[in-house]
Amino acid sequence: MVLTNLTILQAHQGLKKKEFSAVELCQAHFNNIKARNKEIFAYLSLREDQALDEAKKIDDLIASGKNLPTLAGIPMAMKDNILVEGMKCTAASRILENYIAPYDATVVKKLKEHGAVILGKVNLDEFAMGSSTENSSFGPTRNPHDPTRVPGGSSGGSAAAVAGNMALGALGSDTGGSIRLPASFCGVVGLKPTYGVVSRYGLMAFASSLDQIGPITKTVEDAKIIFEAVRGKDKMDSTSMEMPETDIENLKIDNLRIGVPKEYFVKGIDPEVEKIVKSAIKKYEAAGAKIVEVSLPHTEYALPAYYIINPSEASANLARYDGIKYGFSKQEKSLLDVYLKSRGEGFGAEVRRRIMLGTYALSSGYYEAYYKRAQKVRTKVIEDFNNAFKKVDMIITPTSPILPFKIGEKIEDPLSMYLVDVYTVSINLAGLPALSVPCGQVGKLPVGLQLIGQPFKENQIFEAASFLEKL
Amino acid sequence: MISLKEVRHIAVLARLSISKKEEEKFKKDLSAILDYIEKLKKVDITETKETARPLSVKNVFRKDVAEKCVQNLLALAPETKDNYIKVRSILK
Repeated sequence: MVLTNLTILQAHQGLKKKEFSAVELCQAHFNNIKARNKEIFAYLSLREDQALDEAKKIDDLIASGKNLPTLAGIPMAMKDNILVEGMKCTAASRILENYIAPYDATVVKKLKEHGAVILGKVNLDEFAMGSSTENSSFGPTRNPHDPTRVPGGSSGGSAAAVAGNMALGALGSDTGGSIRLPASFCGVVGLKPTYGVVSRYGLMAFASSLDQIGPITKTVEDAKIIFEAVRGKDKMDSTSMEMPETDIENLKIDNLRIGVPKEYFVKGIDPEVEKIVKSAIKKYEAAGAKIVEVSLPHTEYALPAYYIINPSEASANLARYDGIKYGFSKQEKSLLDVYLKSRGEGFGAEVRRRIMLGTYALSSGYYEAYYKRAQKVRTKVIEDFNNAFKKVDMIITPTSPILPFKIGEKIEDPLSMYLVDVYTVSINLAGLPALSVPCGQVGKLPVGLQLIGQPFKENQIFEAASFLEKL
Repeated sequence: MISLKEVRHIAVLARLSISKKEEEKFKKDLSAILDYIEKLKKVDITETKETARPLSVKNVFRKDVAEKCVQNLLALAPETKDNYIKVRSILK
């Protein structure tokens, strides 16, 4: 048995039956990390001693015969914009290169309470700004299916760690597709939950009306296990909430009405991707689901609206990195120069570009023309979804219009990189839950299917996605 | 299209030092992005209200009580003095 090939559920059963120990499971992952990380560069830092100590404690728990939570002893990777107390948390930025997290994020605290073993921190685009993980100040992560290609971003380290068998599960963050796109590119499962159902306390704020934390795993079942462990209201995040009680009736595929938005199958989509996604949709139809063509007429405006709202919120959130309270500080004579130099030298190219764009959009005289207009277009995007959901239970689209691209292919042209997010940003604007599940491949390159649900209908998405997964 | 003068002005507002070479690059990149964003003008929003948060959120109140040890946070600051973070003087 190769321990690193297991799913979370399989590993849990193996631990319970004492087929292997939690220490063995943990060590197998560190061995794999040592063998593969040099090439893939998913991990930025490891906590080997603590992780093995924690695994030992789980083995003691197993020996005692007490109840074993599903995540107990499960090796996990944490995106490096989520705080783990006592570990560096860099956001892949020079400005936080030596920042040590002073507390645990709520999601980390919850995972630890469930006995999950955090192996280390994984790479991302600096401050989660990007779609390829090439914007990391410490170097790009590579796609385990083809190391000449990007893993997607910004949670590229999380997806590559799971796809490369260097963790059984990971957490990422998703502001405009940053969980779903790398899940799609790396052939794994990624969930962006409904806005607010997972606490963001201890996640570095990027665009606060869009950010969500979610799982990246090998299977839909595993994503559900992690999601259930981390969700819930948290007094430390006033935007967090409990999911309303829903009657969890067994979802039947033959009762399902699935919407397919015509605006997602237009010029710009790779014909191979389109073919695979359409054949996945046919499988739902063959199982009795009703496939309905729907229209989301403001789809083409979602991306430009997103690229106003996102940088505007980012420019405000990133004002806290000032060289005064923590992080990289350039010791200059005047206070203004401390700010200018610390931020100018501490932030990388894409982060500065977004801060500049956001500052411009929010500056005097431009606010109405840009930010306010974008917020109104956001309303239009939400109305489109509301109208569609009058006719269908969920919406299915490709996660990405294109296959994983070559490292270096888009990095010099920011707008071409932004266009990669074209199928994912609307979901964040509307606060909806969405999951990417593998639905086929072109050669060795994976293709992801995106299932978009109504708010709080994560269970419905899980059921529908696992149907496809089990075929 | 955005001018070099505007790029310099925004950089100061954003508290970012940028080099001469970068000014040109910012001008080019920001202009391309802003041109793309012009698309939004085609949407009829005369009757539309803004959305700030996707799902309705209510104000949540709690007592403003410090729970964490301030020393942990002060330890992260580049310069401190007597439990304060030290900054450059701004008044002569």
